[in-house]
Order: sequence, then structure tokens, then C-alpha cells
Amino acid sequence: MNENNSGRYGPYGGRYSGETLMHALRELEDAYRKAQKDPAFGEEYSRFLREYAGRPSLLYYAERMSRDLGTTVYLKREDLNHTGAHKINNVLGQALLAMRMGKKRLIAETGAGQHGVATATAAAYFGLECDVFMGKEDMIRQSLNVYRMELLGATVHEVTDGTATLKDATSEALREWSRRVEDTFYVIGSVVGPHPYPEIVRDFQRVIGDEIRAEMLEKHGRLPSALLACVGGGSNAMGTFYPFIGDPSVRLMAAEAGGEGVDSGRHAATVAAGTTGVFHGMKSLFLQDDEGQITPVYSISAGMDYPGIGPEHAYLHDTGRAEYFSITDDEAVDAFEYLSRMEGIIPAIESSHAVALLTKMKSGFTPDDTVVITISGRGDKDVEAIGRYRGKIR
Amino acid sequence: MSKENIIDTAFRRLRAEGKKAFIPFVTAGDPNIEATALIVREMIRNGADLVEIGVPYSDPSMDGPVIMRADRRALESGTRLRDIFRVVRELSADFPEIPFLLLLYFNSVFVYGIERFFSEAEEAGISGLIIPDLPIEERAEAQPAASAHGIYLISMVAPTSLERAERICKEAEGFLYCVTSLGVTGVRKEYQTSFQEYFERLDSFSNIPKCAGFGISDPEQKRQIEQYCDGTIVGSAVERKIEAGIEQGLDEARIARSVGNLVFEFTGGK
Ligand SMILES: Cc1ncc(COP(=O)(O)O)c(C=O)c1O
Repeated sequence: MNENNSGRYGPYGGRYSGETLMHALRELEDAYRKAQKDPAFGEEYSRFLREYAGRPSLLYYAERMSRDLGTTVYLKREDLNHTGAHKINNVLGQALLAMRMGKKRLIAETGAGQHGVATATAAAYFGLECDVFMGKEDMIRQSLNVYRMELLGATVHEVTDGTATLKDATSEALREWSRRVEDTFYVIGSVVGPHPYPEIVRDFQRVIGDEIRAEMLEKHGRLPSALLACVGGGSNAMGTFYPFIGDPSVRLMAAEAGGEGVDSGRHAATVAAGTTGVFHGMKSLFLQDDEGQITPVYSISAGMDYPGIGPEHAYLHDTGRAEYFSITDDEAVDAFEYLSRMEGIIPAIESSHAVALLTKMKSGFTPDDTVVITISGRGDKDVEAIGRYRGKIR
Repeated sequence: MSKENIIDTAFRRLRAEGKKAFIPFVTAGDPNIEATALIVREMIRNGADLVEIGVPYSDPSMDGPVIMRADRRALESGTRLRDIFRVVRELSADFPEIPFLLLLYFNSVFVYGIERFFSEAEEAGISGLIIPDLPIEERAEAQPAASAHGIYLISMVAPTSLERAERICKEAEGFLYCVTSLGVTGVRKEYQTSFQEYFERLDSFSNIPKCAGFGISDPEQKRQIEQYCDGTIVGSAVERKIEAGIEQGLDEARIARSVGNLVFEFTGGK
């Protein structure tokens, strides 16, 4: 499925980009195709994941949670990766490509700051210049990550346009790439943007699903009943789902940001309330009005506060292969606390949406089912904001 | 479609007279749609040969700060596509020889409905669309409807088009929008590109009229560039003028006149 490399996922995807960037996208695609064929690239990437990012990540059996929810729960611990989230998997792959292409500088957009931190980390490792674009709102709610990026030698640029969140940071990163396209590599943080980005990011994240598959087969001799992941742009979910798309017995369940509820109008539930459009270089689902103006979105989670979704997700939704559910801020915060107390694991607020999805849907599973939740990142960055949300920190 | 697109008529006439096209740009609805109508009339009175009207967008990821602010003001004034079509319909009736072009993001066409959009655009007298995020590779989605309604899709070429330039030149219709610097829209002082080399290469692929845009901010720059091509497009400088007028508290008529004066500085009134 989608093994062709056209950049189309059913009607979605494509390369709706300004002419200034078209050559660079072509060049990136060529470099990527060459790397795919070159065993040395694959080996280098695997070694880098192993020795620098700390892979494979644990597949942890959550015993108390399993008892509590009445099903067998495993957590895929992407929070244990170096830099604390799945984002590093993709960034290391793209940084290796950037080095092969002779680029001198990495730029990135970031919402929660995890992708920015991962990019700043790779830039430090390779001695590259690094500029990260981040919405002003997100710089406030994820201030710890702003300082981490600076510590790593990156320059963080505050974006004040629009809603001053991830979508605006993405627009600004695209602008910056057009300004300095020759020596700059744009490291996109999710399975979004013009072709070949959704494909490249998915391929660099599929290590999550590949590891789950190998370990489940080894431990249980069978595939899991369901995989759960949160979706902002959709990279950790795509990485989790992709190796299982051809296994219809495995339910693929994604949690999107329901904010204050889909009916409240204050949410980022793209699949629940979005329509087909073309934005940020791709055709996909977006939250927009009847003339295609992007509507302001909201989520407590900076990493999921985005009005679109990756094109392959739009396609998986259309075909019914994956299911998409909205999880509200309140449900996510409850799950954040739940996992902390139940297992001693503080998840990112993004990942908490996936945890909440299982607590909500637990009646659909029996103790014989094995359910894997991808914990896309750790929650240190969110502790302060959640404390404030709960009125525990002023 | 036996009728000739008036973009072709306009460039044939200009070339015959040995003249260069001047194409000012304005964001529709900045500060409101009635002001846009006045501004465009002033542009034409002061020597605009074609007029490019920007459809405001919520997230103009290919524009710089000047046009971003213009788009925001236009959306805040409640500008909708139907208002833009209405105003262009009136303008094209009054100025049947002036080609009106819309500059817009593809989403504005796509979500409205491609067929519906082109049908209403034709009815409004629009001659061409410039869709910066619809490169030749994705063109097939809109080309049949555009052609059926006699509307040109104006192609853009950039200094970074490199090996793509030939195909773009050969497939272009109306004229070619030649981006003369990297980056997004906005006024600039310096250019890195050698205009002569750039346009000579494009000319070697096709004889289609070529107009330069992106960052042309004063008449001297315009004169320098147009010796190598068929015309120039000036956008952010116009929007800066409008913004200055708004900041000074000028009414719509005076803002329009200030834009007219700016256009006169570029054209000498023709
Ligand atoms: C920990 C974590 N999880 C999930 C996301 C959402 O991104 P995606 O849907 O691409 O996995 C982010 C984004 O910032 C994140 O930091």
C-alpha cells in the first residue's frame, strides 16, 4: 500500500509549493532516493539511532494499568529516547541527508519544542548552524524547551503572526527556507508539507512500528490487537501504524486534540471537523472555512495545536483503515496524572491524549487483547503548565 | 474560445509600440473592498497596463510582512470572494482593454470549487490567475477548467528553477512571472541575480512576454530591470503606501490618490 513514491495518498499529498522551493524539493527527493538505495546510509542511520538516540526504545508491560483497565497494555517508550521524544528518529535521518547534501544550516519549526530540541541537538552533533521558528504562545507554554534549544547553540525565532503557534511557525520556516534555500536544509517535524516530506518523515519514524512488531512477535508470537497514538501532524502515529497497515487484525487508533470539545469550536480536531484543502504544500484535511481560510485552532498541547493532518492519515481515514478520535484537554490532563500515578511515568501532554483514548475505550478490549500505546514523549516540559492548569502552581 | 485573451492583446500592443508593461498589485479589501475599487481606478488612470489583485489569505506562507499585514486588514474588513468578483466585474466593464489578474493561494480556488471558481471568475471578466503554490506539476488539476473559461494560469519562474525553467517557459501562457530574487514578497534594496543572464536564458526557451516581480520598490529599479524584459510587477511598495495612508488616517479616496501618485512615479503617466 502506497509503496509507490509519487507523493500521493489517494487524492491527498502532492507538492503544492512555490517555484522558489521546487528545485530544492526535487533535490531532496533525489538525495533521499539515493540514500534509500545505499546500504551505507541505512547502516549509518541505524548505528546513529542505536548509539546516540538509545534505540531500540523499551516496549514496557504496564502491569498496574493492565489490571486497572482490564486489558493487556504495553507502552512503547519513545519518551526514553535521547532528547525525550520520538522526534529524534526523524531528525537524525534528515540531518544525515543534510550532511550528504552538503548543507550548512538546519532550520525547523516547532510547537511543543521537542522537534526544535531534536534539531538543535543534531545540529550541535554535526556542527551545523541552526535556526528554529516557534510561535510566541508556544515559547511561553514550553519555555523549558526554548532554553534547551539555546543551550544547544540554536537561535530560536519568535513568531507573532496569526495565532502565534505551530502553523505560524511552519509558515515562517517555509519563508525562511525560500530566503536561503541554497545552503539551508529544512527539517520538517511531522508527516506534513510538500512531497517528499510526508514520505521521508514516515520512513524515519517507522522504526517505532517495526520495533513493536518484532518484539510483540518475539514475546507473544502474535501481533497486537490495537495500536494507539496521538496525532498532531501525525508522525509518531504514522511511524507506529505504518508497518501494520497490511494487517487488518490490528486496530489503528489515533487520538487528535479535542481542546475544549469539538462542539465548542475551540479544538484542533482536524479529522472530526476538517475538510479537504491545500495548505503548507500538501492536499489534506484542514480546519478551514467555506472559502479555504484556515480557522484558528486550540489545544492545551502545543504539539497538536495544528489545523491540519498529514496526507497519509487523511487517506487512512478515508479508507477506514485507521480510526480517529478526539480527546479533550481535560481528558488528556486526567490521563497525564493517571499514567504518572499508575506507572510512575510522566508522559508528554501530547502522548497523554493516546493514554486517554485507551482509558475511554477500555470496554472495547478484554484481558486477552494486547494494546500498545506509543508514549511519544516525556512530560517534563509540561509539568509547569499542567500544574498551572490544575491551580497547583501559580 | 474563439475570443483572444486580452492579456495577449495587451502584450502584442505593448511590444508593437516598444513599451514595457507596468503591473501594480493591490490586496483586495485593504482597507476595504470599496477602497480597492478606487485604488484600481487610480492605478489605471496613472498608467497601469494590467492590474493584479491579491485575494487575501489567512496564512500567506509565501508573502513577506507587508502583504501579510495587508491580508490581515482585508480579512478583518470582511472581504469575501463574492465581493472581489463583484468589484472586478464593475472594473472590467469600465476598462474592457485592461487585463485583470487575481493572485491567490490554490486553497482559495480549490475550496470554493474549481469549476465554480473559474466560471464566476470568467463572468467577472478576469483574464488570468497567478497561483504561486500551483507549480507545473500540479497544474493539471486546474488547467482544464481554466482553459474552458478562457482564463490563463500565469506561470512563475525563479532563479532557483534551474533545469525546470525550460519546461515552465514552454508551457507558459499569457506572460511569464519572473521572480527576480529569492525569498518571499517584499521590498528589497539589493539583488543577487544578474538580470541579463537570467532573462537571456529564459528568452532562449520561449518568446513569451516576461515580467519581473518580487521586491521592485522604486522607479530606478524598475528602469534597470525592464531593459531586460517586457514589464514589471510592483506589489509591496503599493501596499506600503496604503498602510502609510491608513496610519495617517486618510480616507479611501485619498489613499487611492496616493497610490495613483505612486504608480505615476513608476510610469510617468504613459
Ligand atoms: C511528544 C510529542 N508527541 C507528539 C507530537 C505531535 O506530533 P506528531 O503528530 O507528528 O507525532 C509532538 C509534537 O510536537 C510531541 O512533541
